[in-house]
Amino acid sequence: MATVKLSNLRKNYGDVETIKGLTLDVDDREFCVLVGPSGCGKSTLLRLIAGLEEITSGDVLIDGERVNDVPPARRGLAMVFQSYALYPHMTVANNMGFSLRLAGVPKAQRNAKVQEVARVLHLEDLLQRKPKELSGGQRQRVAIGRAIVRNPRVFLFDEPLSNLDAALRVQMRIEISRLREQLDATMIYVTHDQVEAMTMADKMVVLRDGAIEQVGSPLELYHYPRNQFVAGFIGSPKMNFLPANVAQIQPAGVNVTLLNGTSLKADVQADGLLEGAPVTLGIRPEHLTFADDGQIRGEVAMTERLGGETFVHVQLDRSEILTVQVDGDNPVRAHDRVCIKVKSDNCHVFTDSHDAIPRLQRSPLVDVRRTNMSRSGPSRSSE
Amino acid sequence: MKETKRNKLIFTVVAWLVASLVFFPILWMFLTGFKTEVDAVAAPRLFFRPTFENYVAVRERANYLKFVGNSLVVSLGSTLLALALAMPAAYAMAFFPTRRTKDLLLWMLSTKMLPPVGALVPIYLICRSLGLLDTRISLLVIYALINLPLVVWMLYTFFSEVPREILEAGRMDGVRPMHELYYLLLPLSLPGIVSTSLIAIIFAWNEAFWSLNLTAANAAPLTAFIASFSSPEGLFWAKLSAASTVAIAPILVFGWLTQRQLVRGLTFGAVK
Repeated sequence: MATVKLSNLRKNYGDVETIKGLTLDVDDREFCVLVGPSGCGKSTLLRLIAGLEEITSGDVLIDGERVNDVPPARRGLAMVFQSYALYPHMTVANNMGFSLRLAGVPKAQRNAKVQEVARVLHLEDLLQRKPKELSGGQRQRVAIGRAIVRNPRVFLFDEPLSNLDAALRVQMRIEISRLREQLDATMIYVTHDQVEAMTMADKMVVLRDGAIEQVGSPLELYHYPRNQFVAGFIGSPKMNFLPANVAQIQPAGVNVTLLNGTSLKADVQADGLLEGAPVTLGIRPEHLTFADDGQIRGEVAMTERLGGETFVHVQLDRSEILTVQVDGDNPVRAHDRVCIKVKSDNCHVFTDSHDAIPRLQRSPLVDVRRTNMSRSGPSRSSE
Repeated sequence: MKETKRNKLIFTVVAWLVASLVFFPILWMFLTGFKTEVDAVAAPRLFFRPTFENYVAVRERANYLKFVGNSLVVSLGSTLLALALAMPAAYAMAFFPTRRTKDLLLWMLSTKMLPPVGALVPIYLICRSLGLLDTRISLLVIYALINLPLVVWMLYTFFSEVPREILEAGRMDGVRPMHELYYLLLPLSLPGIVSTSLIAIIFAWNEAFWSLNLTAANAAPLTAFIASFSSPEGLFWAKLSAASTVAIAPILVFGWLTQRQLVRGLTFGAVK
């Protein structure tokens, strides 16, 4: 059992407030991903939980116990650093067993534990090597192993995959996801890579400027972003944003007019909207299609062919560019005239203060959890 | 600049010229040590009949080993003392810097610019009052303090190169602040600490001003040994050269054996 609770947490560096009164609950055995652009405070937040930074005000509670003044090693946490931070003068085995050695665990017991973890991570043959004799992926595994050996209640990951090349990153992502099944611990994971966040998270926390923009499951954030920032941050390629005006309010949606006069229907709740109000229409590239009866006309400016899919950048009459994701074998070429079809249930509408207007439909997958939390895991030795 | 053949040649020639210029006095001293006193003051000649008489004379006149012993005790002791004082200071400055840390470092270094003569009388009086004149402990402490700014500065630079995350990983693993130095910082910056020690040892070995002024018969190190050949009965260049040669021989060999570490230490901070 390990829950992490942050309550009205603040961190100031001099006069600069980097974490601005942040409240967050992480459930037991949950994989919580903190994501946001660089400088949003996500690493600082992790370091506050770890105890590596002093808390200015507010509380960090682990399993309901206030740990603000508990030193890092006694919080029952383990952290995996971006640079791996292995001890360069120690062998892999000593790196992994260092915390146990400091805790006074007898050598035989220590070695057994290191062996056990090394087996899980396929590190048995590397135990006598020094970190500099390892590849990036191996170092990463040692860093994770060093965390596992401590048998922590909560794992903290600080952008652990960002130093790996693309192929290895995908592999390690899968490995970490599988590991969390076995480890049965709460995990808090910081990344700026939204693919990592989407693929691994139970709970995703989008941060900006030291404050939470939205908390939810990955699909919740994808389908129901609370504001324009989250909508733009989640999804690749980025959501298209078009300035528009509310034309007509109906019980089953809203009609908006683009600047070039095109009229579109969006399935959003009309409460509180006024006709004529300026809004921003948001549509994801993967929800746009080419069709002869499409509502929006434009000229293809550029295509990006990835093989399996193609991103088509379409120049509209005015200065806007719309990105459309189509099949890899779509024959469209630059300077073609195209018509783009927009379905009303794929439209997001944002007010001029960038807040999202609630959508009418609810996606069935939004509340599905990645793992079944009610399963009874192996009993954990209490620390 | 391009690494053309011509440039390479010019650099090589210039480097050899500079090196020869620096080495020439040492070579000349070495040669003079083997000349007779008459030859030593005569017009320079390339060929002469070498003689060991100066070395014999030097050996007869002074107990060389005693001076070596004093030099060893004072330079090693002062270096250890300086390291013991500097390590906590550099640790604090490198890992818990304040806005004034850089100023503090500069200020410490600036104390090196005070002419030692300015402090001679007070320090002499202090030593006399404490009964420390002509003792190795007084030299040891003074050398440690003279080298302290440099040692702090160098250790600060080497400590700053230790990745912060490694120490943080240690803190997560349960390293207490007192153990951090022993378990992590010391092994990680060992090459730097060695370079720093080497430089401190050499500086202390070569120091002459304080050793000449504060020691006499008992605690005199090799610098005083050389000086004792220059004054009393007029100049005897050949004997002085022989004495100097045996005085610098240990540190020369030492420096030659450790030159790789020394270069690393001297270019500290500049080369990553």
